[in-house]
Amino acid sequence: MTELPFRLRLIRRDGASRRAALLAPLAALLAAGLVNFLLYIAMGKDPAAVFYAMLVEPFVSWSSFSEVLLKLTPLLLIAEGLAVGFRAKVINIGAEGQFILGAIFAASIPVWFPEATGGWIWALMLLLGGIGGALWATVPAFWRVRLNASEILVTLMMSLIAAQLLNYLLVGPWKDPMGFNFPQSVMFQNDAILPTLIPGTRVNVALILAFVWAGLIYLYMQKSFQGYQLLVGGLAPHATAYAGFSEGRAVWLSLLIGGFAAGLAGAAEVAGPLGQLQRSVSSGYGYTAIIVAYLGGLHPIGIIFSSLLIAALNIGGDNAMVSADLPKAAVEVFQGSLLVFYLAAITLVRFRIQWRPPQEVRA
Amino acid sequence: MPSPLLTLRGLGKSYGSVRANHAIDLEVAEGSIHAILGENGAGKSTLMKLIYGVETPDAGEILWRGAPLRVTSPAEARRAGIGMVFQHFSLFDTLTVVENISLVVPGTKADLGQRIRTLGQTFGLDVDPQAYVHALSVGERQRVEIIRCLMTDPRLLILDEPTSVLPPQSVERLFQTLQRLKEGGVSILFISHKLDEVRAICDRATILRAGTVVDNVDPRGHDAHALARMMIGHAMPEMAHARSLAPGEVLLQVDRLNHRPDDPFAMALADMSFEVRTGEVLGLAGVSGNGQAELTRLISGEWTLPRADAERVRMMGRPVGDRGAADRRELGFAFVPEERLGRGAVPDMSLADNSLLTAHRLGLVRNGLIDRTREAAFTRRCIEEFDVRAPGPEAEAGALSGGNLQKFIVGRELMLAPRLLFVAQPTWGVDIGAATAIRRRLVELRNQGCAIFVISEEIEELFEICDRVMVIREGRLSPSLRIAETDVQEVGRYMVGTREGTGGGDERAHS
Repeated sequence: MTELPFRLRLIRRDGASRRAALLAPLAALLAAGLVNFLLYIAMGKDPAAVFYAMLVEPFVSWSSFSEVLLKLTPLLLIAEGLAVGFRAKVINIGAEGQFILGAIFAASIPVWFPEATGGWIWALMLLLGGIGGALWATVPAFWRVRLNASEILVTLMMSLIAAQLLNYLLVGPWKDPMGFNFPQSVMFQNDAILPTLIPGTRVNVALILAFVWAGLIYLYMQKSFQGYQLLVGGLAPHATAYAGFSEGRAVWLSLLIGGFAAGLAGAAEVAGPLGQLQRSVSSGYGYTAIIVAYLGGLHPIGIIFSSLLIAALNIGGDNAMVSADLPKAAVEVFQGSLLVFYLAAITLVRFRIQWRPPQEVRA
Repeated sequence: MPSPLLTLRGLGKSYGSVRANHAIDLEVAEGSIHAILGENGAGKSTLMKLIYGVETPDAGEILWRGAPLRVTSPAEARRAGIGMVFQHFSLFDTLTVVENISLVVPGTKADLGQRIRTLGQTFGLDVDPQAYVHALSVGERQRVEIIRCLMTDPRLLILDEPTSVLPPQSVERLFQTLQRLKEGGVSILFISHKLDEVRAICDRATILRAGTVVDNVDPRGHDAHALARMMIGHAMPEMAHARSLAPGEVLLQVDRLNHRPDDPFAMALADMSFEVRTGEVLGLAGVSGNGQAELTRLISGEWTLPRADAERVRMMGRPVGDRGAADRRELGFAFVPEERLGRGAVPDMSLADNSLLTAHRLGLVRNGLIDRTREAAFTRRCIEEFDVRAPGPEAEAGALSGGNLQKFIVGRELMLAPRLLFVAQPTWGVDIGAATAIRRRLVELRNQGCAIFVISEEIEELFEICDRVMVIREGRLSPSLRIAETDVQEVGRYMVGTREGTGGGDERAHS
């Protein structure tokens, strides 16, 4: 019976329309564009040049667009995997660590068998990467199921451990003896590098893998009974117990799927654009993918678009830093404001605001 | 003639395309007890929310002592002199009575404590101001709610189904209180669907059906059947009386069950033993909060016992105490919980997807994939057979009224053709017509050889459908009583504890 000091309320809409849900990201993009337009003017930058570099160039220049596709690959893989868990309310924010473990597992082949040849090597590396990521996720899964430890905290802490493990390997046992003491592994042999998809670019087979993965997740979440059980767990935990669905299994599945996807992405990163294990493999894909997953409405199809958008904004941001002399912070402001506006827009899809003027009752 | 205390003229409220209230005219006289009668979904609660300022009307006007009144919030309603006691209490368990009251009523605690005592003496609402709410019985909690309302000195007190939570002896006492309030000049709006109660204490009754006023009568001049006819628009469906069957195989056996929950406010269960056989309905009566919730979860499999205690609960002859809900359901067990939203159904999912929750066993899932055609067919059948008022299988469960969702859940569980059925509050919030239909289905199922265990707070319901009834109090069971050999008074005595006798004494849920 408490009253808000202001007469403004959020009222749940009778039914959220699909059209409004699709329009929300566009509205958010528009609003973020407007706010940043003012920001650029205040900064004395030419908004047109910035927007061209940021939003148009990634799509019109082939070399830029291929980089967008390259960036999209890990984001799509990880975000699709994470979204499964998020919809089951199993919040895995440690994809970064699972990604690093995937990279380490994949790198073990070229590091230990630098002479090995054969087309199976990169395929095995990808598989190992997925397994590595999933194994890293077993720790928070076990702790959550057995000890009821929050998977949010454990996955996050496991990421920090993974980063230190990577450091240890790179300055210790896996350091390239011919690498002038740089913390990096040997360069991988040719068969340990993913085949390029489009000649002249860095786009490789992992892109196809990412789209196949998105398709599988779509099937899993929309059509399978197991995916349905995960959804029930996320929406109504008591209904899970009522129906006799196992909560522990939901935690395990969510974390293993998320971990596998992140590990796969990590493997594709070292076996793709990097070509060796180095510190820069951990560049925040695991965290960005969380944003991508939510921006895509946790829907397998939506995430395809959101990963494309975020990848393009990343490349566009780089472009803008170079061609429009925009500071890095301003690029981050754009991305941050986009997320804030999206969250506001999606809230308005589900709720409507009601103003209640104090002296008006009768219609 | 003086102007009535409260007058409604042409009041209306719509939610989307649903007209919850339409052109409601109502007059509440000073110093009267006025009943609002109606089936579930007839618009009683909406109307009360409009009067109490929780919702604002789309049309019409409210007059208070002849002058127009605008209430846009409960606080304004309280200032005007309208108080309301909700069906579900809003008290903090971990605070004392006086602390709870001081949250809404200004004043020092000593001062408030004194006023609580005075009000208690005047109106027969005695309750210890220093007692912690979690230690109070439901009847006492209701008194606290009423006292809290009276503190603001209302002229009109709205009570939403006040007797639904009380044992019979406490109902009597509440009625005495209401009489005294009326003599003290407070008008009372009394929402109920229990016809005998309305006839016992109300001076006027306004009958709502489908959001409109269908009649306005003196309830003492009509018998219960006539009132029921006004409420539902046709004669009451007759209940086929249950004839006893020869007891068959034991399908549910609870044997010396003890349970101590982790939650300090939950009720421990002590040494419970009972069995349910094919072809019988066993009922469990009791004031809520006496261990029903805990026993329910241990039988449904939502809580499990350690492996060593597997034998404490047996279903279809097998020990299942350590098994989860899915394993028990595989044996032919079905269950309707008392909470519909979030437990028996997922509010954000369609009815079709809610069918899947427990009916996935009926071939709705093939090769791990959901068969949408069968899912929709099952759901459509459930909607038709159990008269669920919903646009179709795609309707969101959360958008259905409580009674309709209950019909859907009961229907879904019955369509599983269970051997052992467990139903908690089968007709809670369901209108009279549908409630009778559900009860009749339960008896039919029993006649076909199903073993049924029912928990209900409505004693009349238990007497209607059960062969035997037990009472739960403070986590212990009474002996089982054959319906043919007992009566409401005896069951009531077990509910409040035999030691307090029959003299309108009230029970303490935790002592």
